[in-house]
Amino acid sequence: MKRSHPLVTLIALGSMVFLYLPLISVAIYSVNDTRYGLVWHGFTLNWYVKLFHNEIILEAARNTLILAVSSTLVATVLGTALAFGMDRFPWSRRTNTFLDVVLHLPVVIPDIILAAALVVAFGLLRAVSSIFEPGIFIMILGHITFQIAFVALVVRSRLTSLGRDIEEAGRDLYASAFYQFRRVTLPLLMPGIIAGGMLAFTLSLDDFVISFFTSGPDSVTLPLFIYAAVRRGVTPEIHALSTLVVLATIILVVFAERLTRSNKA
Amino acid sequence: MIRNRLTVWYGELVLRKQLARRGSAFLSPGILWLLALLVLPGLVLVVVSFTERGAYGQIEWLFSVDNYKRLIGFGMLGWSADNLAIIWRSIWVAFVTTLIAILLSYPISFFIVNRPPRQRFLWLTVLIVPFWTNMVIRAYAWFLILAPEMPLAKLAVYLGIHPANTPLYPSSFAVYLGMVSMFLPFVTLPLYSSIERMDWSLVEAAQDLYASRVRVFMQAIFPQTKPGLTAGVILTFVPAMGMFVVPDLLGGSKFMLVGNLIQQQFGSSRDWPFGAAISMGLVVLTMISLQIYRKKSKEIEPI
Repeated sequence: MKRSHPLVTLIALGSMVFLYLPLISVAIYSVNDTRYGLVWHGFTLNWYVKLFHNEIILEAARNTLILAVSSTLVATVLGTALAFGMDRFPWSRRTNTFLDVVLHLPVVIPDIILAAALVVAFGLLRAVSSIFEPGIFIMILGHITFQIAFVALVVRSRLTSLGRDIEEAGRDLYASAFYQFRRVTLPLLMPGIIAGGMLAFTLSLDDFVISFFTSGPDSVTLPLFIYAAVRRGVTPEIHALSTLVVLATIILVVFAERLTRSNKA
Repeated sequence: MIRNRLTVWYGELVLRKQLARRGSAFLSPGILWLLALLVLPGLVLVVVSFTERGAYGQIEWLFSVDNYKRLIGFGMLGWSADNLAIIWRSIWVAFVTTLIAILLSYPISFFIVNRPPRQRFLWLTVLIVPFWTNMVIRAYAWFLILAPEMPLAKLAVYLGIHPANTPLYPSSFAVYLGMVSMFLPFVTLPLYSSIERMDWSLVEAAQDLYASRVRVFMQAIFPQTKPGLTAGVILTFVPAMGMFVVPDLLGGSKFMLVGNLIQQQFGSSRDWPFGAAISMGLVVLTMISLQIYRKKSKEIEPI
């Protein structure tokens, strides 16, 4: 391998600055001791303290977590079962193609299309029952829908890379299908399931579009709150809140990276 | 006859039917969920795109192609190019975003590949974090960089291309800036995974044979990076066409993209049938771009 051309290094480092400069400036202004303007007035953690006294923000944080946890739990179970069912049974080619297309739909189609489809479908279902009113319930349903596909894809790739040898050995030693699934396949698959679950969790925390289309007045999440707030004008509290969200993301990402890396080793 | 109905699976002799039943038990909850909440709503969206908006924003079940006529510009006041301009602008913005992201991604990937293995992981994490960071935050963060007090705006004023004491947003420049920063990791990460696995002996061979830099890239590097590039382009171009947060926050009402137009129909205008028709337009654009890309990448293959 050769050393990088200076121009390559310059563009690479420039791009990193380009990616991080906005986020870093948000963090800087979240500890700036002034409400207005971008002139530095000294360090303060006041804006962070204020966050924790703001009922609306705490409520939004609560909604975000309820949404992410419940949708992730359902999607991880369904997605894992789906991946196992696809990969470990002799389906015909036609069935496999069909499953593949359905699974890739949420990945390929822009999320605004899924959001639009859900708004219309739930709008029509509202005539049947009021649980389909915009709100946390249909947000959870929407999030599960795109999460299932991502979980299934992650778990399936783990299943493929595992191979079938160990499972066959288990069956040779007279493990029943169920015993083998519980004691051999599932433990081997665990890292993939956790990685898929974390992916689903992060996707839900991050999601703006699906939530924006399906939320009601009582189900504002943090991304929705930030969006509404910055349209009225940015404030140091919003910078503080955003910085916390970014920090949470960094922790999740580093943790997930560690996890997938230790699996490979 | 019984032989056709039996199969050996994991060393066990089972009836095919029984095996299919067992497999379906795993598959069906997830697949039924996707059929009920993704495929079915998608089909409903198709049907609704042919209906009409009632006076109160409800759906009137009178079928026509009026929404599609409106999409290509035939309104109540005669033909106008507004909607077509929005569609064209979306395609163009997505194209430019993807192109710039590709041009930046090659140097970034080469740079990371040339680091020692331990550092490489660190740099990758640096790229992955923005990939996962909330896009509303990443879009509005540009407000600060583009503020009138900041160097960029002062430079623009100095050059005489921007009035003093106003932010650099909303503007098309801000939208491109936001879009590229939003999608850059989507191209770089898959491209990097291809470059990491690249066979460098081919590059050395090309250099030994006195190939120019351009030919080394086109014939020794580019073909090897195509799988990652394909994934990156699809991950960027398609969602970029449907993006509405970035143009909404950084572009203002004069720089609308298809995503904003859809959002408007489901928000303030409350015109679901027209919103459904625009969504169908976006689906068609998605399909066409995937198709073109597949064909193009096949054409380049035999080098």
